[in-house]
Amino acid sequence: MIKIENLVKTYGDIRAVDNISFEVNEGEIVGFLGPNGAGKSTTMNMLTGYLSSTSGKAMIDGIDILENPLEAKKRIGFLPEQPPLYLDMTVEEYLNFIYDLKGCKLNRRKHLLEICEVVRITEVYKRIIRNLSKGYRQRVGIAQALVGNPKVIIFDEPTVGLDPKQIVEIRNLIRTLGKNHTVILSTHILPEVSAVCERIVVINKGKLIANEKTEDIASVVEGFRRLCVKIVGPRDEVLSLLKNKEGIAYAEYLGERDGGSCAYLVESRPGVDIRRPLFFALAEHGFPMIGEETMGTNLEDIFLALLERNDERKKKRGVIKSNVVSRSVRQD
Amino acid sequence: MSAIFKREMRAYFTSPIGFIFVAIFFIINGALFSYFTLQAGSSSDISNYFLLVLFLFIILIPLLTMKLFCEERKQKTEQLLLTAPISLIDMVGAKFFAAYIMFAGTFLASAVCNLIPYFIYCEDVNLASILGNIVGILLIGGAFVAIGMFVSALTENQFVAAITTMAVIAFLLFINFANAYIGSAPVRVVLSWISIFARFFDFTYGILNLSSLLYYASVMFIFLFLTVRVYENRRWS
Repeated sequence: MIKIENLVKTYGDIRAVDNISFEVNEGEIVGFLGPNGAGKSTTMNMLTGYLSSTSGKAMIDGIDILENPLEAKKRIGFLPEQPPLYLDMTVEEYLNFIYDLKGCKLNRRKHLLEICEVVRITEVYKRIIRNLSKGYRQRVGIAQALVGNPKVIIFDEPTVGLDPKQIVEIRNLIRTLGKNHTVILSTHILPEVSAVCERIVVINKGKLIANEKTEDIASVVEGFRRLCVKIVGPRDEVLSLLKNKEGIAYAEYLGERDGGSCAYLVESRPGVDIRRPLFFALAEHGFPMIGEETMGTNLEDIFLALLERNDERKKKRGVIKSNVVSRSVRQD
Repeated sequence: MSAIFKREMRAYFTSPIGFIFVAIFFIINGALFSYFTLQAGSSSDISNYFLLVLFLFIILIPLLTMKLFCEERKQKTEQLLLTAPISLIDMVGAKFFAAYIMFAGTFLASAVCNLIPYFIYCEDVNLASILGNIVGILLIGGAFVAIGMFVSALTENQFVAAITTMAVIAFLLFINFANAYIGSAPVRVVLSWISIFARFFDFTYGILNLSSLLYYASVMFIFLFLTVRVYENRRWS
C-alpha cells in the first residue's frame, strides 16, 4: 500500500533523510521510531506530498506522490505533528470544510457523525475549536485525517502532550483504525509503538536502522538491560567481581543504601540476560543480592543495541561470504 | 477550491478584520465623495474622488491580504492545504478570489451609495468617465490584492506582511510624482511606464486603453504566479 524507495532529502549539506526504503502492506499498523531530529517528520512530509524528495520515490497505492499528487493525496489522511486546526471554527464547521476540501462524495452528515463517534468528539461537535482542551483538539485532528475514508492514515507523533489517560485512549483508537486502514504512526517513544504496531521501522540520523516485527525489536531491547542492584558486601570486591563477570559491559558504584547494602549500576552486553548468572555468582562469593531493579531503556540504548546487532550481522555475513569465496577458489 | 474560498470569506467576518475593512472603506469613501464632489464649490468632476480612492488602498488592501497566507503558516494549517487533494493554483486562486470579492464588493457597494446622490443632484453626468473609473479601480485593486497576497506568502508575521504591502502599494502609486524631480528623460519614461497611477488617467476619461488594461492584468497574474512559485519552491527547498 505504501512503498518508499531510496528516499533522500538534503537541506544544503545536511542529509535529513538518507536513502530510506521500506514498504507497508495493506491493513498493517507500522510504527516509525526515532529520536527527535531523526528524519521522521521529513519522511512523513515527503510521503504526504508536503515536501518533495531530493531523490527516490514515495508511492501510495501504486501512485507516485510527485507524478500524480492529487490522486495520491486522495488516498491519504494525515495528522501532522501539530494538528492543523482553524481555531475560529466550530468542530462541525471544520469537519465540513475538510469534507469539501477533500472533495468527498459520501453521505456528508452520516459520515461526519460516524467519525465523531469513533474519535469521541460528538459532545463537542458544536463548540469552537479554540475553546477545546488539548486532548480534544488532538482528536479533532485525528477526525480530520479520517474524513473521506482514506486508505492510508499517517500520524505524526499523535500522543505528544497528552495525559496518560488520553494517550491510552488514542492508542486504542489507532488500534481500531488499523482494522480498516493502513496506518503509519511516528513516535520517539518505544512503548507507544510496541503497544500499537505490528511492525517497527527504526531510523536514526536519517538512516534506516531496523525494519522488523515488533517482537523482534523488543527482544533486542530486552537483551540490553540496565540494572540497579543492591548488594551487601565489601564495595571494592563486589565491584571487581561485577566488572570481571562475563556478560557485563559496564558496572558502577552508585552509593550506600539501606541494610548495609550498596547500589551498583550494571549494564549487560546486548542479547545477554545477566540476572540469573549474576545472582549465582554473587551467592557463590557470599554477597547477598537484596534488591534488583530494571532501569528504563531509552532510545539511545535501543539504537546502540540495534546498531551493535547490525554490525554483528554484517560481520557474520562477511564471514559467510569469505567462506563461499574460499570454497569456490578451492573448487577451481 | 470553493471550500477554501468559503472559508476565507467566513474568516473575514468571524474576525473583526472584515468589519473594520468595510467600515473604514465606507466612512472614508463617503467623506471623500461628499467633500470633493457634493460640497458647494467643489468640482463636479467625479474623477477626483476616484483618484483619492486609489490612495485609500494603501491602508485598506493590506487589511484584506495580510492574513491570507501567513496566518496559515503560523497556525500550521498550511500543511493541511498542501497535503489535501487540491492543486497549488486552486489554493492560491481561491484565496485571491476571496480577498478580491471582498474588495470589489465593498467598493461597488460604496460607489453605488455615493453615486445615487450624484445622479440626483448633478446635471452633467459623464457616464463613460464613471464607468471607466470603476473598471480602472477594479483592475488596479486586483493587481494590489495579488501583490498583497504574494507578500503574505513570504512571511509568517502578518504585521510585517501588512507594512510591506503598504510600502509596495505606496511606491507604485507615488512613483509617478517622483518624475517631476528627475532630470533624465529615459528614467522618466520607465517610471511612468511602471507607474500604476499614470496609467489610470486614461480610465478617468472613460477610455479603455488596451495596453493599460493588459498591464494591470499582467501585474495581477505575475504576482499570482509568483505566489504559486513561493509554495512550489518551499516544497523543493
